[in-house]
Amino acid sequence: MKKSTSLTAAYRWSVASRVAAAALGGYALASAATVLLALLWPAPKAQALLWASMLSFTAYTVAVIWAFHARSNGRAWSGMLVGTLLTSGIAYVVWLAGQGGGA
Amino acid sequence: MCVRPAWMGASMKEHFRQSMAWLHTWSGLIVGWVLFFVFVTGTAGYFQYQITQWMQPERLVVRAPVSEDRAAMLDHALNRLETVAPVAASWRITLPHESFAGRGWQEFSIRWEEMPQPGHEWGASGSERLDPATGAMLPAGPEPRDTAGGGGLYRMHYVLHYLPYEWAIRIVGACTMLMLLAIVSGVITHKKIFKDFFTFRPGKGQRSWLDAHNAISVMALPFFLMITYSGLVFFLFTYMPAGRDVLYGTGPTARTAYFDELHEHGEHAHAPIGRPVVPVAPLVAQAEEAWGRGQVASIVIERHEGEPPEIVVARVPGGSVDFWNPPTLRFHAETGESLGPEPPTGGSAALTQSVMLNLHEGLFADIWGRWLYFIAGLLGCAMIGTGLVLWTVKRRRHHLASGSEGGEHPGVRLVETLNVATIAGLPLAVAAYFCANRLLPVELAERAAWELHSLFAVWLGTWFYAQARPLRRAWVELLWAACAAYAFVPVLNALTTDRHLGQTLPAGDWGLAGFDLTMWGLAAILAVMAVKVQRRLAPAARPTEIHARAVPGKEAA
Repeated sequence: MKKSTSLTAAYRWSVASRVAAAALGGYALASAATVLLALLWPAPKAQALLWASMLSFTAYTVAVIWAFHARSNGRAWSGMLVGTLLTSGIAYVVWLAGQGGGA
Repeated sequence: MCVRPAWMGASMKEHFRQSMAWLHTWSGLIVGWVLFFVFVTGTAGYFQYQITQWMQPERLVVRAPVSEDRAAMLDHALNRLETVAPVAASWRITLPHESFAGRGWQEFSIRWEEMPQPGHEWGASGSERLDPATGAMLPAGPEPRDTAGGGGLYRMHYVLHYLPYEWAIRIVGACTMLMLLAIVSGVITHKKIFKDFFTFRPGKGQRSWLDAHNAISVMALPFFLMITYSGLVFFLFTYMPAGRDVLYGTGPTARTAYFDELHEHGEHAHAPIGRPVVPVAPLVAQAEEAWGRGQVASIVIERHEGEPPEIVVARVPGGSVDFWNPPTLRFHAETGESLGPEPPTGGSAALTQSVMLNLHEGLFADIWGRWLYFIAGLLGCAMIGTGLVLWTVKRRRHHLASGSEGGEHPGVRLVETLNVATIAGLPLAVAAYFCANRLLPVELAERAAWELHSLFAVWLGTWFYAQARPLRRAWVELLWAACAAYAFVPVLNALTTDRHLGQTLPAGDWGLAGFDLTMWGLAAILAVMAVKVQRRLAPAARPTEIHARAVPGKEAA
């Protein structure tokens, strides 16, 4: 990237997209991670939920940092989306198993 | 000179550092002013009870001697409770003690809760202050002036002002989250964080600001991390409702279900109680023997459905970060036998949450601990302030002393004026808040609200002022104005009340004297800032450096 004194529109959109991937995608991923963690944490349900929710801000922080660190906007977005879908999917399976093997 | 994240075309490690530098710069900037406000008002909150005491000079704090006849006092209290609430869900007797939670002297008082009406969770409650010697109900005392007090400042640090509660806590939450990101990315950005800590290059413009920002940030880094993260935990399920919504569902019923399950008190309905059969005084004596004289804070009489009525004697809380669970002794109210401690509920999760919240509020801390919190809070203001200034110093085309502000980018100019109005203007506005407390007519309607209006009116005024004046003058003038305002507060206090330093110092009333002396301390800090800024921005200062400044500065972390 060469030094320029004015910022192009394309550049501004690129930054906006990255910020959205980090803020919104990261929040979705952190939310999914919280649910999964609450289901897996070895403690009574209410305590597990409290632990998972308290740790959710750490998950969000890591997700945002990863999104900004990603090589390209495409990777940042796909990382957030795939991560969220995968985490939610596992959480759903764990939840079904917890409901008595889907019975 | 422009803000160009070098995300591409760098080595992996360098790329990571640079993306974090970008994140740190921008997450810090967009919330810097709100966070500065949060830190100023929150720091004042550590002394909110002393501030309220100062703002209500009419209120007298009567300190009853501890050597009262305990048996007679308890008898008075029980007689009174039997009269006002013969059948109740609970009775509470508070013995006179020095409280950390109320951060002041707690008087002899009683409190009761009636049995809840069908369909209600809580019953009506009432309380009275009693004369320790006679048991007579104490008159309410002289009506103190209406004031927003220290609590007004404290509350603003999480609900702001002029905004609906639900919005405000979310705005503060988003800012807090960005602060957490700014802290973490800031630490990553500084490769040599501890080496940087011992580096200070004064009088070197941008370098000096950077060094100061680094040193302050590292100095109280654990405090900043703790205060930020625990701040998020305060509104845990507002900020991150996903887990609870999925596991328990949404709505108030789900909320109650979660809370009851965590604290295992689903079926713990209250059964009615009356005067205990066994005398209470020997039980209190037993507790005082174990904890020391004056260490009993309260006696609660209650009964859970299906269990015997119990008498719970609680120790004065404090000194422990698990603040809300002070040691207790439980007794059977009919036989007097010891019941053993009630097991704590909620497991390690609830304990961790409780400790985090207590660390944030510093309730467990004694007066010196609170000073430490206060200083750490001021360092937080300094960290945010230096960070905000650093942003503009890096982006200016001309040194402020050169006076050529017309050539600056309007965005940079906006940040500059907001910086002056926040860093110099907000302290001035807080001083105006204290002055308004003394100057507004005592019988003014909505007086507390007007005190707060004064704060915001002055704050807004400083922003207009910053826009109307050349920036370097605005900085110096507003800093001196804030300094003068704080120096004036104790003087105004002496002119308008008789609870000034001439009285409070000889009387050893450190709550009130401490407030006045702290005002002068703040005035001194602001004077130092004003002198420093004045020197740096003097028009004739360092012509060579001004010249160097005209060249676009290279991008630094």
